Amino acid sequence: MPSHDLFLATAVALPFLGALIAALLPSNARNLEAWLAGGVALAVLLMVWLCYPAVAAGQVLRTEIPWVPTLGLDLVLRMDGFASVFAAMVAGIGFLVVLYARYYMAPEDPVPRFFAFLLAFMGAMMGLVLSGNLIQLVFFWELTSLFSFLLIGYWQHSAAARDGARMALTVTATGGLALFAGVLVLGHIVGSYDLDRVLASGDRVREHPLYLLALGLILAGALTKSAQFPFHFWLPQAMAAPTPVSAYLHSATLVKAGIFLMARLWPVLAGTDAWFWTVGTAGLATLLLGAYVAIFQHDMKGLLAYSTISHLGLITLLLGLNSELAMVAAIFHTLNHATFKASLFMAAGIIDHETGTRDIRRLSGLNRSMPFTARLALVAAAAMAGVPLLNGFISKEMFFTEALTATTGTFTLLHAALPIAATIASIFAVTYSLRFVHGAFFGPDTDALPKTPHEPPQWMRVPVEVLVFGCMVVGILPAATIGPFLDVAVRSVLGGATPEYSLAVWHGFNLPLIMSLGALAGGVLLYLLLQRHLNAGVEGTPLLERWDGRRIFDDVMVFLSWRFARTLERLLGTRRLQMQLRLLVILGFVAAAWALSPHGLRPGPVAMTGIDPAIAIIWAVGAACAIGAAYQAKYHRLAALILLGGVGLVTCMTFIWFSAPDLALTQLLVEVVTTVLLLLGLRWLPRRIESRGAGDLRARLRRWRDIIIAAVAGAGLSALSYATMTRASPDGISRFFLERAYSEGGGTNVVNVILVDFRGFDTLGEIVVVGVVALTVFALLRRFRPARESIEVPEQQRDEEGSRDGDWLMIPAVIMRLLFPAIGVIAIYLLLRGHDLPGGGFVAGLTFSVAIILQYMAGGARWVEDRLRVHPLRWMAAGLLLAAGTGIGAAVFGRPFLTSFFAYADLGWLGKLPMASAMAFDIGVFALVFGATVLILIAIAHQSVRSQRAAPRLEQPAGDA
Amino acid sequence: MEFILALSIGVLGGSGVWLVMRPRTFQVIIGLSLLSYAVNLFIFSMGRFPIGAPPVLEPGTAGDPAHFADPVPQALVLTAIVIGFATTALFLVVMLASRGLTGGDHVDGRGRDE
Repeated sequence: MPSHDLFLATAVALPFLGALIAALLPSNARNLEAWLAGGVALAVLLMVWLCYPAVAAGQVLRTEIPWVPTLGLDLVLRMDGFASVFAAMVAGIGFLVVLYARYYMAPEDPVPRFFAFLLAFMGAMMGLVLSGNLIQLVFFWELTSLFSFLLIGYWQHSAAARDGARMALTVTATGGLALFAGVLVLGHIVGSYDLDRVLASGDRVREHPLYLLALGLILAGALTKSAQFPFHFWLPQAMAAPTPVSAYLHSATLVKAGIFLMARLWPVLAGTDAWFWTVGTAGLATLLLGAYVAIFQHDMKGLLAYSTISHLGLITLLLGLNSELAMVAAIFHTLNHATFKASLFMAAGIIDHETGTRDIRRLSGLNRSMPFTARLALVAAAAMAGVPLLNGFISKEMFFTEALTATTGTFTLLHAALPIAATIASIFAVTYSLRFVHGAFFGPDTDALPKTPHEPPQWMRVPVEVLVFGCMVVGILPAATIGPFLDVAVRSVLGGATPEYSLAVWHGFNLPLIMSLGALAGGVLLYLLLQRHLNAGVEGTPLLERWDGRRIFDDVMVFLSWRFARTLERLLGTRRLQMQLRLLVILGFVAAAWALSPHGLRPGPVAMTGIDPAIAIIWAVGAACAIGAAYQAKYHRLAALILLGGVGLVTCMTFIWFSAPDLALTQLLVEVVTTVLLLLGLRWLPRRIESRGAGDLRARLRRWRDIIIAAVAGAGLSALSYATMTRASPDGISRFFLERAYSEGGGTNVVNVILVDFRGFDTLGEIVVVGVVALTVFALLRRFRPARESIEVPEQQRDEEGSRDGDWLMIPAVIMRLLFPAIGVIAIYLLLRGHDLPGGGFVAGLTFSVAIILQYMAGGARWVEDRLRVHPLRWMAAGLLLAAGTGIGAAVFGRPFLTSFFAYADLGWLGKLPMASAMAFDIGVFALVFGATVLILIAIAHQSVRSQRAAPRLEQPAGDA
Repeated sequence: MEFILALSIGVLGGSGVWLVMRPRTFQVIIGLSLLSYAVNLFIFSMGRFPIGAPPVLEPGTAGDPAHFADPVPQALVLTAIVIGFATTALFLVVMLASRGLTGGDHVDGRGRDE
């Protein structure tokens, strides 16, 4: 049946699509947004409904979209009875919340953001419940955390919202990480992440030695998400969210995700003592603690939040009992709780909206000003308290029954405590429900409210009416209304083990009923006894003042993110580059030594080639230059630069000597250009006068330490090079290139063929890097501000009177101008012959840029630019386009990117010209290298011109920066 | 021959390392350049030291590795030289910008002496 593929995919994808559209609508389109979001929610509900007949017949619908099948990662959408009931809840309550939010949100709120996040959250929730793959489930799980963060923090201007959002994200996302790890362990045990296969291997999982680890990690995820003790503290803080968000996320969906997960994996993980003790204890503690704290809340939403925590604890406890009937009760109570708690949140929101406050101490007598809302809230609160003929009563009766039957089997302290704890929690529930209703709606009229209370718009009340209607219908006729759906959900989880159970209001006069009635009476009594304390309006919970989960969380956060981090930074970090580089050098040395240690560093067996005295002399000079440069770089920069050039020339000669003409050419030109570049930079550096005998003892010690490090590093490099050179080089990939350079690349200069043909893609990347660097240099220099002391014309350019002297280098200038065409021709020659003989685009580009630089040196920037305008940016663009275009050109002929084509053009007496398409690529390289080099050099050269123009202004006393 | 070149690589590298750990930006630039020479020579030495055998073929033939220098290290070093130039330029400009902003030439941007 392929149609369900479409339904399932739509149910997950449509909310995200809707979120995207909602985000793009204008910010005042409240109605349009609501129509859109409501339509999406209804459409999703329809999709679930369309799938329902097959699901009700016992089928499990699956849709698979392969993604990384080899890793067992597919996008699997899966719907069984349990998932369909949850999905219907998400979509249905989502629709009601959208309707409610339309009236709740103020006109000045940016609604596109709100509805976009709400829809995206709905999508994440649908993805979560419909996941057929555990990894995918975790992904959507984290998405729900993320969107709940964005929704809680929707009112970004409020610090409480920001803090609450951050806390919720920290707690739930940390749990999510644990869950991810747990799922990985579970997948490892089962051998698959597919939900169906995991569900089928329950026995194997429970007997596996890694079971406890998987259980602990997965429960860490589920319990944080469902706000179970000791992770419950984030939920009350999340009440800073707009009320529709609280009604949706914190009653019906987000917090139920943990419950969903525990129920989903119940057949796999439950049934052991470990499960009973962890889940049961957490549930019981949460049930009691939440109910107790809820009584003493003055904020209506705070009261509801703690009551939610308590009810989630109840469901968790039921799941922890390892009994099939308790499982039925858990699913049933999940649905009931979503119904009455969402409506109560909405009622609290209406009160807040119409009176301006949610503080129970200030509210009073609203029964007269908003009678409809009061009656709706009354019914919903009664359902929360477990009053007969409402849905909360029935699931609570089931809970009592389970609490009593649990004691008959094994007998531990926890088992014995269950019936008593259940009754006490019910008493508390009655008390806080009474407080909610009595505090707000009864009592004398009050004038101390920020707004005059009145009924809300009719449509704002509709969602509450629908939900309260649901509470009543289910409460009176459970078997006829919710019965079939509950049955489908329970059967899909428990399968053949589904027990007989009865959904009826009246089970006869038995112990659970007595417990219920006792709880009702006890709750009323407790409320009366607490009147004085509650009316006094004291903040905080008696007996638990010091147990503030939020404060502990804050302390932990401050410790982790501030004190601990600072201490680590102080102990281990440094902001000093020297220290960092020193560590880097030492680390590099240690790493190399470690890698070599198993093999030892010995000279290889290959005999040395004879020592040529010429090379020995050349390198004696080269080494002297290097040491000289190192010695002079602090005080005599020009000398150091010249010595550096000496090293470069020696390197260049080495390349020539050992058969690398291309390298020698490139090295020579780069040497020239680099030297010019550094010379241009020298002018801006501060003057540094050498002082004899400088440095105290510590400075000298420091210097000696660095010399030793450098000497050791150098010696290591020498030893490593020597050991490498005296071994035969392995048969690498060069044979391939040498044999095919001509037959497949159409060139005889193998190095060039490698660059522009075989490895053309690398070269394309490389010239892009060069272009990016040039643009970065250009951009950095646009904002360049020279230091004040180096703005004036340098001493060397002034004559005796201190004015600027224009006549220098007269004869060299003439020669340089004359050389321009000659160098240009050489550059083109090098470019054209590059494929067959030493040369090529890099070398030609550098050569041509030298021609331009010589003109700048001879005539000055203004003189050159009056006569010759180079547009480096255009050269670069053209070069890049040409190089990439050549590559794409291959695609026209159906070949892979950068496949080259070649032929020789016969130019008569000029000789043969290689005409490979690689030639066009090389021209692109040429243009880009030329443009980039010239751009860098001209940009630096122009600083002198610019700053001298700016200089007179800077001499004014005006304090401009 | 191997011994001379290995020694030279060590001297270049050692001088470079020493300069890189110095406090002035110009020293670091010179140091990086020296280090890049050392590294380029090291990579180049992977092709060993054939004399008079540049990897340029006779037209129409397939080359035999025994008679030609290894083109692969040469291609790698050629790329490295060009990229080295680009990074030197970038570092120079960063140095100039830092000099303009802090008024000094210390690597940590501190104005006066260490």
